Amino acid sequence: MSKSHKSKSLFDPSIIGPAIIDSLRKLDPRHQIKNPVMFVVLIGSILTTGLWLQAILSHHGEAPAWFILAISLWLWFTLIFANFSEAMAEGRGKAQAASLRRARKDTPAKKLSKPKYGSPYQTVSATTLRKGDIVLVEAGDFIPMDGEVIDGVASVDESAITGESAPVIRESGGDRSAVTGGTRVLSDWLVVRVSSNPGETFLDHMIAMVEGAKRQKTPNEIALNILLAVFTLIFLLVTVTLLPFSIYSVNSEGFGQPVTITVLVALLVCLIPTTIGGLLPAIGIAGMDRMIQANVIATSGRAVEAAGDVDVLLLDKTGTITLGNRQATAFIPAYGISVEALADAAQIASLSDETPEGRSIVVLAKEKYGIRERNIHELQAKFIPFTAQTRMSGVDLGDGKQIRKGAVDAIENYIKNLGGSFPDDLKSAIDSISRSGGTPLVVAEHKNVLGVVHLKDIVKGGIKERFAQLRSMGIKTVMITGDNPLTAAAIAAEAGMDNFLAQATPETKLKLIREMQAGGRLVAMTGDGTNDAPALAQADVAVAMNTGTQAAKEAGNMVDLDSNPTKLIEIVEIGKQLLMTRGSLTTFSIANDISKYFAIIPAAFVGTYPALKALNIMRLATPDSAILSAVIFNAIIIIFLIPLALRGVAYKPMPANRLLRDNLLIYGVGGIIAPFIGIKLIDMILVVLHLV
Amino acid sequence: MTLNNIIQSVIFLAALLLLVKPLGIYMARIYEGKPVGLNVWLSPVEKLIYRFSAVNSQISMTWKTYAFAVMLFNIIGLIVVYALQRLQAHLVLNPMSIPAVPPDLAFNTAVSFATNTNWQSYGGETTLSYLTQMLGLTVQNFVSAATGMAILVALIRGFVQKQIDTIGNFWVDLVRSTLYILMPLAIILSLVLVSQGVVQTFKPSVKVSLLQPTKDAEGKIVSEQILAVGPAASQIAIKQLGTNGGGFFNVNSAHPFENPTPLSNFMEVLAILLISAALCYTFGLMVSDTRQGWAILAAMLIIFIPCLYCCIYFEQKSNPLLAHLGVDQNVTAFQSGGNMEGKEVRFGIVNSAIWATATTAASNGSVNSMHDSFMPLSGMIPMWLMQLGEVIFGGVGSGFYGMIAFVIIAVFISGLMIGRTPEYLGKKIESYEMKMASLVILIPPILVLAGTAVSVVLPQAKAAIFNPGPHGFSEVLYAFSSTGNNNGSAFAGLSTNNLFYNIALGLAMFFARYWLAIPMLAIAGSLSKKKIVPSSHGTLPTHTPLFILFLVMIILIVGALTFFPALALGPIVEHLMMTGGLR
Repeated sequence: MSKSHKSKSLFDPSIIGPAIIDSLRKLDPRHQIKNPVMFVVLIGSILTTGLWLQAILSHHGEAPAWFILAISLWLWFTLIFANFSEAMAEGRGKAQAASLRRARKDTPAKKLSKPKYGSPYQTVSATTLRKGDIVLVEAGDFIPMDGEVIDGVASVDESAITGESAPVIRESGGDRSAVTGGTRVLSDWLVVRVSSNPGETFLDHMIAMVEGAKRQKTPNEIALNILLAVFTLIFLLVTVTLLPFSIYSVNSEGFGQPVTITVLVALLVCLIPTTIGGLLPAIGIAGMDRMIQANVIATSGRAVEAAGDVDVLLLDKTGTITLGNRQATAFIPAYGISVEALADAAQIASLSDETPEGRSIVVLAKEKYGIRERNIHELQAKFIPFTAQTRMSGVDLGDGKQIRKGAVDAIENYIKNLGGSFPDDLKSAIDSISRSGGTPLVVAEHKNVLGVVHLKDIVKGGIKERFAQLRSMGIKTVMITGDNPLTAAAIAAEAGMDNFLAQATPETKLKLIREMQAGGRLVAMTGDGTNDAPALAQADVAVAMNTGTQAAKEAGNMVDLDSNPTKLIEIVEIGKQLLMTRGSLTTFSIANDISKYFAIIPAAFVGTYPALKALNIMRLATPDSAILSAVIFNAIIIIFLIPLALRGVAYKPMPANRLLRDNLLIYGVGGIIAPFIGIKLIDMILVVLHLV
Repeated sequence: MTLNNIIQSVIFLAALLLLVKPLGIYMARIYEGKPVGLNVWLSPVEKLIYRFSAVNSQISMTWKTYAFAVMLFNIIGLIVVYALQRLQAHLVLNPMSIPAVPPDLAFNTAVSFATNTNWQSYGGETTLSYLTQMLGLTVQNFVSAATGMAILVALIRGFVQKQIDTIGNFWVDLVRSTLYILMPLAIILSLVLVSQGVVQTFKPSVKVSLLQPTKDAEGKIVSEQILAVGPAASQIAIKQLGTNGGGFFNVNSAHPFENPTPLSNFMEVLAILLISAALCYTFGLMVSDTRQGWAILAAMLIIFIPCLYCCIYFEQKSNPLLAHLGVDQNVTAFQSGGNMEGKEVRFGIVNSAIWATATTAASNGSVNSMHDSFMPLSGMIPMWLMQLGEVIFGGVGSGFYGMIAFVIIAVFISGLMIGRTPEYLGKKIESYEMKMASLVILIPPILVLAGTAVSVVLPQAKAAIFNPGPHGFSEVLYAFSSTGNNNGSAFAGLSTNNLFYNIALGLAMFFARYWLAIPMLAIAGSLSKKKIVPSSHGTLPTHTPLFILFLVMIILIVGALTFFPALALGPIVEHLMMTGGLR
């Protein structure tokens, strides 16, 4: 699948340019107030700038003017760097939105007066269409709006949305009836009932999501913001009270100067969690961005986050766990019949059967017994198609032979009606096929049973390992299938799943989800059909296939444009990555504070208490260089962490305890050590450059 | 550190840990209403109490009703103690005819005892009548402790219950805590203390002739001494068990009538940590996973034990100022050596240091030595243990629920780090719990830092500081650390019985207690309504060494980051000046 038009390299110049301008524009206090941590930095920047002006104008600054200016500038940089990270994330989203918008041209639409092909139409602008209008789309036309096909079959190019270049078939009825605005009909025609008003289509949704315009804070993000606000408040209190403490100390010792406002602001900005506070918006937007790159549209950030919490995955057997088609793997003849005779009859009966099962019988007979395909016309055969009533198919040959194949009970009835009887010796073969998860297909000629074809579900390669990974993450997998329990159990075991729901109906699916939720579990599922809609609506994370019906899409909270049921696993990983990035950077940000204390506290009070020099364990050159180095480190670490915020913390499926250990080592211990090194290096550079 | 130091401290820790499980089991059975001896024999008494007070013990309360009951009961208690102090001159059991307590001091003392702080700006033997001591203070010693335990039990129910709106009945939790847990333990301990020589009498002070007459400051010969006595043993037992700490006499547990022998000292210091430590096991039992209780106890010990040895180490090390004066600070068979200034000879270094650490780790606040005379760094240990929020053992009940607030923060951050909405004991931790836990973490530092900041610049507050420089700063910081975390111990060296400190410290105690209790009850109510998520490989286990260490790190980092600058200007710089200045 080509995703090329969706992914951009991390530092694409076409994104960086506008992002720099944007990061200046975002200095607007009305924007900053949304982020309490960064708002405090803004106030600090304004305050120190004021102090610098006062120092210049009055020649009696509280500290040397160059020092106040340097601190002030780096505080502004801190803000701009944080804004830049957000602008970068948004820029990447906007680039995608722009390519999507190109798909949303204002196309003319052929609005039909009656919901019938051939009725007169008038050409109107797509933007005037409303829900319920009927339009005709012919070969070469763009589909003007999201809708449902009510008549016709056509091949549609959906590459603008999915990035998939092969055209897909859309037809009325069934599960392939939904069409998306902005896609193009390549052949034939469709009559489409518009299902959304302008501004509410998928494309609009997608654009809004990637632009971050509609992004609301997710529950975990709100909780994290509370924590960050608390840390900010604590540190505000710590720095504000330092002024009276310092005045007391100076009065009591009789020498030194009380700590300056500039130093207090510098200390405050260093202590409050600016690293995570500044990168938080970017992390959220980038999470959405990764979803879109996986070709999934989520209706809300909340859904993305919930995906990380999922405990149970309900997966449809067909297409997800198995290749989707059963294949013939063996012929088992009845007593007195040769294998070749059975294979021959089975092949003839399947010649006109275009289903994958039918094709596999023909192929097996040819490969294993060298029975070549014969021309159905030469045999003067009449094909008897499968119907829901007879539940069998077959051929009536010119020579009067009647061959049928079908399910065990269907054939049993068929031969009983003809006066035959079902051979007992086959029963045990049929049972063992069922037990092994296969499907027995009985072949009969008139009233004589010839034998059974063993049809087997082929489990997809590598899926078992994937489920094992999920299990190590604590996620259970449940297979949903219409098969009987025996077959279901065998396939579930082969695929390494935790459980299965056999003979599933929409009701039993819904019931299963409700039971699991009552047990406190978060359930994710995929679905496409209209009958999946109730279960999709009930599930916590519901991924509808883009090929699915409108009802399914509306019931779900995500749509997979690739219509790939295995995508659920990727979605879970993206959700987890989002939370992990936030958690890791929070830990890193707080851990950084330890070194900043050792840089700033001795520097700020050494004038009053020379003994505090002992706390300057980094041996920073001067008090000024120490404070400046801490502020500079605090600003540039944001730039260094932008790639991490945009890409997300690497996620490997492993048990929670090990995951925590690894991340604590990297971001906790690393967060304590890194700034000691960083601040010392900056201090050394400042000294070398004679800046202090 | 001497062998004696190690042996005594290890015996203390071992005795404490041995008692955790039996007492923990007993308390769990009491709270779960399972028969365990006493609650069978005394159940008629319990029922009688409910009948007299018209309490329907079958009703379970929502968290708001529960919080209302807590507040109502505590405010009434506060008013009663205030009234007793103001009216004691006209009431019985006042053989010494002690006059009414002034209003600001009465307010301070009333808040102090209602909030389980027991900060004392007064000297008990000269300020309060026996009636005030017994009916006011001793009663509050029981019920303020029982209030803390009740709130904890309500919180535990929040974890255990599934989708239920209520968190239990405050009156029942209060009565059971008092009747079945605090009363029996207090009776046992008082008897032991009386056997060691702690006084218990209604008689007035005794006048005795000195064996060796001495001279007072004006050179007059003094040949008589007044020895204060009173019903002390009964108050002292509960003051230790209920992490109250308010002494019957002014010098608290350094007084030979409060704490006469090494054995009474051992029993009292054991009683300080006993219930708070055992509640960890009670918690584990009640949430049906004792590993969770042990994990929290382990986290407490990981902070407590290094603090203990740090304190012993710096005290046992000689004081350079005393060494300068030629004082012999070596360990010999006849003296414990080290910095003995402000310490009782019968306790020596190790028992003073164990007590100082235990009384501040738990929010007890009774003292058997003068913390003001500790070395700067060993004096910082008690101060810092209080500043950590009184969660290392802490107050009975309140220490543990304060710890849960830190657990919630730890679970939240670690939950994010493994990519899952955080959960603890199967309950999802969401923004509401974070909001409330944040309040619990935030309030004490605000009280401590803001109170100290105002006091070091306000002239009338500054005038009360005896010592200049960093040590004077430490004295103020200690006072607010103590009241802002409901500990109640004093560094001394600060005259606090004046209008400013009585009101300021009184308010600090009030908000520290109730602004933490109410959010915790809100958490209990919110958790109780939630489902329990079954655990899986994806669930972060909260009993592993890794999580315990992470929890410890969160507590230390929050505590260190909040108070490092203040401590740097107090004890740390004092230490650096003392060691550097004499080199």
